[in-house]
Amino acid sequence: MSEVQISACPACVAGPAAKDVAHARDVRDTRFVLSLPAIYCAACISGVERELTKQPGVRAARVNLTLKRAHIDADEDVSVDDLVSALTQAGYEAYELDAGAISATETDRRGRAILTRIAVSGFAMMNVMLLSVAVWSGASDVTRDMFHWISAAIALPAIAYAGQPFFGSAFTALKAKRLNMDVPISLAILLAGGMSLYETFESGAHAYFDAALSLTFFLLAGRYLDYRTRSVARSAAEELAALEVPRVTLADGRVISITEVEKGALIRVVPGARVPVDGIVMEGASEVDRSWLTGESLPALAEVDTIVSAGEVNLTGPLVVKVTAAGADSSLHRMADLVAMAETSRNRYTSLADRAARIYAPAVHLLALGAFIGWMIATGGDVRHALNIAVAVLIITCPCALGLAVPAVTTAASGRLFRAGMLIKSATALERLAEVDTVVFDKTGTLTEGRPELSNLAEIPPRARGIAMALASGSAHPLSSALFAATRAADVIPAKLTDIREVPGQGIEARCDGISVRLGRAGWLNAVAKAQTATYLKIGDEAPLAFTFVDHLRAGAAEAVTALKRQGKDVVLLSGDTAAAVADIAHRVGIAAWDADCLPEAKALRVAELTRSGRKVLMVGDGLNDTAALAAAHVSISPASALEATRVVSDMVLLGKSLAPLGEATRVSISATRRIKENFAIAAGYNMIAIPIALAGFATPLAAALAMSLSSITVSLNALRLRGKS
Amino acid sequence: MNVLVYLIPISLLLGGIGLVAFFWSLRTRQYDDPQGDARRILTGDYDDHPKE
Repeated sequence: MSEVQISACPACVAGPAAKDVAHARDVRDTRFVLSLPAIYCAACISGVERELTKQPGVRAARVNLTLKRAHIDADEDVSVDDLVSALTQAGYEAYELDAGAISATETDRRGRAILTRIAVSGFAMMNVMLLSVAVWSGASDVTRDMFHWISAAIALPAIAYAGQPFFGSAFTALKAKRLNMDVPISLAILLAGGMSLYETFESGAHAYFDAALSLTFFLLAGRYLDYRTRSVARSAAEELAALEVPRVTLADGRVISITEVEKGALIRVVPGARVPVDGIVMEGASEVDRSWLTGESLPALAEVDTIVSAGEVNLTGPLVVKVTAAGADSSLHRMADLVAMAETSRNRYTSLADRAARIYAPAVHLLALGAFIGWMIATGGDVRHALNIAVAVLIITCPCALGLAVPAVTTAASGRLFRAGMLIKSATALERLAEVDTVVFDKTGTLTEGRPELSNLAEIPPRARGIAMALASGSAHPLSSALFAATRAADVIPAKLTDIREVPGQGIEARCDGISVRLGRAGWLNAVAKAQTATYLKIGDEAPLAFTFVDHLRAGAAEAVTALKRQGKDVVLLSGDTAAAVADIAHRVGIAAWDADCLPEAKALRVAELTRSGRKVLMVGDGLNDTAALAAAHVSISPASALEATRVVSDMVLLGKSLAPLGEATRVSISATRRIKENFAIAAGYNMIAIPIALAGFATPLAAALAMSLSSITVSLNALRLRGKS
Repeated sequence: MNVLVYLIPISLLLGGIGLVAFFWSLRTRQYDDPQGDARRILTGDYDDHPKE
């Protein structure tokens, strides 16, 4: 799997150079990247590193706790599977990541560029502020002018460098004849800088260099928070994509990338692997798990001439499949059309910040213009004085607090949800989640783990239990494993069998005391198939016995449903599985409204219907059959185990196995939206006091600096309240 | 007031040193794993081989 990455330095492989033995265990050449979703503490870091370096052939290992990853440098012959299983045994959940799919460099550079700008504007702000303090406290005449000149020398280059992100964004917005938040920001910064320079020339009393700089500084800080939140989400999303290494094994044993597969090629699908293409089975017999595509939990028979689709999982025997469609043509990708249709409706959502900007930007400009005209008339044409006041109004009403109001809250909220095991991919997802009043769940793979559990052991006679256990012990089929696990847990003693033989796609047969015994599909044993997932045991000529299975509930499923119901939300279960199986799960987690046998289109339609009737729907699903519904819903969540195509359309991803964070997520999203609105109110409150002062012409640079800093700090502190109490 | 001739350049220089130090820390990737670094310093193990 991971042999694609070949050490770039053969000498390192041959043996570490003697001259820097001290650094022999540095991670110089990362060969494997492992994802470690469960680590959280100092002991985990040293535990994982110690465990990894103990493995033969591993030269170095370094854990990054922030990203929850381990970078490993190892010899050629080390298999990543051994490392993963060693870590799992030591109690650390670990998964391999496709190192090629994780590109940190580009995002790193952008983050560093913003940080550099913050540093420059912060440095300039502090120095100019010091000089301003001298002016405020009474420096006059030549001294004041000199201070203003020095301030200008520091401030103007700093603004030109640090303000670029705002100028660029404002320019593109204006070119497209739109107004965004960056237009008033850029205007305020540029006018403040320009007017202060003019005042300095004229040895005027007021220069706003400090205001222009602190405006830049605070807004850049908001920008950085915003960027950080998104980059964390992006890198985690990249990580999920990197978990799937898309490769195909041809019938002749060659391994090629999925993009190179051609129509008509023969490919081999081993048991346990996902079918990568659409095709027809040419050789072999097996069972396939279609739950990802249809929601059906009962495995389907696959023999020669059966049509299989991309995304199905092969269960028992190896298959050779002739490719009929691969890549973009496969059924997996055809789903994308449905998704694209549904997506457009959601793009119409305007975030709270945009709505605020729409009111704010024109209002501020009109106010400043009004102040300019008013003072022109009042002073009988004193342009300099009128302009001074107009600029003061622009600076005082600065969108500083507005620029911080949303990013500070989303950073705090998504940080808290990330710690709870939830990844927010879309910027407006939190706001949309807060509006949700109906929650639609998928069953297979979402409420359940798609892992069967034996349900009727008590009804089986003891002798049959022993025989079934012995038959099941040799098979890797999920039903067999579940049967074996259940019988072992009940301390059943396995019967002695001879001539055990697995018939791919059908079951297992053997002889017990001279009688033929068989465990397998209903059709193979001439048994009457039950409506629910079951396997059948036939001893000699006796009537076949059915072992029925129910889906294993996902951890936290019941808690999540209870929490959502307690918050007054309607919970609905839509599944493509049979009625009996759906009813059972609905009863177990406590959902009253459920629907079985839903086709993918039907699910999307139900969600659309709910939306039309004024509901805001949260869809939680993992399968390809849920993809259209996920895209149609107001907001969507999928577990990390979902297919990549599904995760792409959902707004949030559950990183762990448990569903429990759902209840927390809706609660946090509601309080986050409330905080955002509070922040807008705080910012508006400051403006309410400051604007009349500025309009009346009493605003000094000191007042501007105070108003700006105070409102920014209040807003940030209000946002930080989200991090606390859990 | 003549003392300003020295004081202002000195304050700018000191601030500049801070700025350069920040750029250096950024350049040497000291913000790659802030959580990990915060925890590592508390463990008894010597961190002999930090990622460069």
